Amino acid sequence: MSKIPVQRVDLIFEKITCKEIFEKVLQSKPEEIIQSVIDSGLKGRGGAGFPTGLKWQFAAREKGADKYIVCNADEGEPGTFKDREILDEVPEKVFCGMAIASLAIGAKIGYIYLRGEYKFLVPKLENKLAEFQQLMQDLGHDFRIELRLGSGAYICGEESALFESIEGRRGEPRNKPPYPTKSGLFHKPTCINNVETLVYTVMIQKYGAMHFRELGTKDSRGSKVFSVSGDTPTAGIYELELGMSVREFVDVFGDGDTKAVQVGGAAGFCVPRKRFDETIIGFEGVPTGGSMKLFNSSRSMYNVLHNYLDFFAEESCGQCTPCRVGCQQLLKGIEAVKKGEKSHKYLDELVKLAATMKIAAKCGLGQSVGNAFSSIVENFKEEIIY
Amino acid sequence: MIINEELVKEAVKKHGSSRAALIPVLQELVAGKNYLSDLDMVEVAREMNLSAADVYGTATFYSFLDTRPRGKYVIRVCKTISCSMKGKNAILATIEETLKIKLGETTADRKFSLLETNCIGWCHKAPAILINDEPYTELTPKKVTEVLREYIKQ
Repeated sequence: MSKIPVQRVDLIFEKITCKEIFEKVLQSKPEEIIQSVIDSGLKGRGGAGFPTGLKWQFAAREKGADKYIVCNADEGEPGTFKDREILDEVPEKVFCGMAIASLAIGAKIGYIYLRGEYKFLVPKLENKLAEFQQLMQDLGHDFRIELRLGSGAYICGEESALFESIEGRRGEPRNKPPYPTKSGLFHKPTCINNVETLVYTVMIQKYGAMHFRELGTKDSRGSKVFSVSGDTPTAGIYELELGMSVREFVDVFGDGDTKAVQVGGAAGFCVPRKRFDETIIGFEGVPTGGSMKLFNSSRSMYNVLHNYLDFFAEESCGQCTPCRVGCQQLLKGIEAVKKGEKSHKYLDELVKLAATMKIAAKCGLGQSVGNAFSSIVENFKEEIIY
Repeated sequence: MIINEELVKEAVKKHGSSRAALIPVLQELVAGKNYLSDLDMVEVAREMNLSAADVYGTATFYSFLDTRPRGKYVIRVCKTISCSMKGKNAILATIEETLKIKLGETTADRKFSLLETNCIGWCHKAPAILINDEPYTELTPKKVTEVLREYIKQ
């Protein structure tokens, strides 16, 4: 991996002493902490990309003593596996990020919602958590973290579904607004951040907002941990500066025969070879929670799309009709076209259905099915039909 | 049945009887006996002062809270795209052949159940499976046979 023209970064996995950083942060006012996160330009690393500093500011402005910090560790997007590695390698930095957030917004309790598939991490996390609680006690900061496990439901990565799950219910997303900073966990003001986002807030406190801001581009500041898989000789986890094109990415990670890259997982977009040069990986182009999946010319994009739709049809919570029925119909639809039971023109109807789901579905799951669907169907129509 | 009641009481004692404790209680039961029977869920409802329908509705939302009898070791084969591209079918076929069961079935001795699951977060080391909580990655038919042999011995 010496020929890397894309900029490698080492912030997330850098071994640091959280005690020193937290002692420093304890000297700051909440507004100063929030301002530094705003100045850094950090946006949420789970995929949706909401400005982290603003989220903290909204939560800080809410009145009342009962507020929560939630770490979203329900990493379920196909092709994403970086949060597992972060929690395995540097759990204390995740806890430290939550503690910094608790200072910023004025919360006393934090929850980590870890997907059930990562239950094997629990003994290690509990050990590290005990050390962390001791540190909080020693430093005199009243903040406690509880660990909760998911049980195999992708939808619980959606923030309001995650709250429902912690509250002991079916993981069905709520209507928005109100947003979590106003009414989140137990209907109290809640600041929910992705694992990686929380670690970046620690590094921003360590090196300063400008250090982070200088990396990346105007729309996508900083760096990001990418989960690279599929047809690549170098699958794995890489922290890279934001702002590279898909072409630059493929030049490093491709196998020389890359025909498409799925950016952002099943809920993301398929970028075909002809668009590699013009497509920027970031909020100005194609955003991603980190999932980068490469496909070479031996792969059938029909099989890829079928796999994604099968995934969504199973993981749709079933609460709203556009998603519940839409996922099933898209899946049946491409099967019917493949078998020749429907003419290829039927694909246009299906694209319209996907567009309707984008408008009408209640949450991010149903709204994003059309991303992969339309970008694969439009760029690889022949493969879907024949 | 007496054992069920005791298990439920223990779990509720450990996690509390507030609504937020429901999923931890159900998870504890599944970890102990691999699935939730109808009677378990009725008992949980009674202990936690909820309706049985509510407990059933919550449990059945989550794919890891099994409401059908499962073996001591639940094997979940990841079927999402990376694993599917990297030979998941061969892994599945090898497990079926070794344990003499089909997908969705449990061995006669109640030791193994074989299921598929969605992305388990090991795409860079595909194909991957979970046996209960333990992930096994970069599998080949030979490697998965060896893994199973260890479990069969236990």
